[in-house]
Amino acid sequence: MIPAPFDYHAPGSLAEAIGLLQQHGDDAKVLSGGQSLLPLLKLRLASAAHLVDIGRIPGLDYIKEEGGYLKIGGRTRESALERSEVIKAKYPILHDTALVIADPLVRNRATVGGNLAHADPANDHPATMLALGAEVVAAGAGGERVIPITQFFTGIFSTALRPGEILVEIRIPAPPPRSGGAYVKLERKVGDFATAGVAVQITLDDAGACKDAGIGLTNVGMTPIKATKTEAFLAGKSFDQATINQAAEIAASESQPMDDIRGSADYKRDLVRVLTARAVTRALERAKGAA
Amino acid sequence: MDKVAIKVNVNGVERAGEVEPRLLLVHFLRETLRLTGTHIGCDTSHCGACTVVMDGRAIKSCTAFAVQADGRNIMTVEGLEQDGKLHPLQDGFYQEHGLQCGYCTPGMLMTGLAFLGENKNPTDDEIRHAISGNLCRCTGYVNIVKAYQYAAQKMRENGGA
Repeated sequence: MIPAPFDYHAPGSLAEAIGLLQQHGDDAKVLSGGQSLLPLLKLRLASAAHLVDIGRIPGLDYIKEEGGYLKIGGRTRESALERSEVIKAKYPILHDTALVIADPLVRNRATVGGNLAHADPANDHPATMLALGAEVVAAGAGGERVIPITQFFTGIFSTALRPGEILVEIRIPAPPPRSGGAYVKLERKVGDFATAGVAVQITLDDAGACKDAGIGLTNVGMTPIKATKTEAFLAGKSFDQATINQAAEIAASESQPMDDIRGSADYKRDLVRVLTARAVTRALERAKGAA
Repeated sequence: MDKVAIKVNVNGVERAGEVEPRLLLVHFLRETLRLTGTHIGCDTSHCGACTVVMDGRAIKSCTAFAVQADGRNIMTVEGLEQDGKLHPLQDGFYQEHGLQCGYCTPGMLMTGLAFLGENKNPTDDEIRHAISGNLCRCTGYVNIVKAYQYAAQKMRENGGA
């Protein structure tokens, strides 16, 4: 399969890339890792007269802790996340996520920014970023602006990015002490999209009860879903089994799955219940183990 | 749509080409350079038959444009054998019967090259995770895991490749 013809641009700077996007408007698409875009172009489900490859712009590929945030460059590869000691030690929810995105070969190309900006509700990072309360930094002609992740996903394959903007950084607030997270995904085989996935990030208070919970759901709606009712339910509660089970039921009720080749809506809703219980349990273990 | 001049180092040799931007890396290798050892399997980034190593990392060449490889180092299965001597991975697949039809083998070898470069002493479980993006319909993977272990041991003994 061969994509329709396009003009290729390989800008060497962010300013040049933004200029190209402005110049070509809707005719242009950003090429990052290309692991979602190329299949779409090859299947001719998407087309672009101009591809602006951000792969040669320096300074978009990093994982660093700075000013109370974990900062991930937009073009950071999933495989870098997978191998990062900081991520492994302090952000296990992101390590969980990186390990179940597509397969190891795809992760060597796929980027974290692309996973978000593509805004496929089946992608995995949207849910984990919702759970973590991340922010997205968009660079455009007028400079940078920060978009809370809760306002980022505006519809299926649509984001709050304006034409001419590039997702350059993801900022995750450093978790307070006694925090832990987990991402649990069911996939039919390695490389498949989630039948459903649940991301949970919790912080415990001094007594071990829930101080704060962030929960994101993958591929059970037209957009990634932030399970706000489940989060509100958990706040202040002690984590006994009945509470976890009840939270799982609420999360299931917040999902909006549809029947498809991966299962019926009813099956997926029940799956969200099961995965939520597992993810909360794992997040809790990690929060208890955290300093 | 203007053609783009690219220079790619393939198996240690500088190769130049004028390519359409939409030309996939796998087609550049197979059709422009006539290096047909890299296979096309599913053409949808699932099967891994087209795996090559780019700048030390195994990638699916059906899901990269040739223009993205401009200035990069690519290693294909043709680059494994040196001076008529099989690479330990190739030897491993031979000794341990790691292939039957052989279609997935070039991809399996290239994934192995990058993986064993990073992990000199892998567990079977680590190998299975490493090849989770490479599908084989014949072997059931057992002998492929053995072939990787054979190669890993040879490479440790040789102190590298």
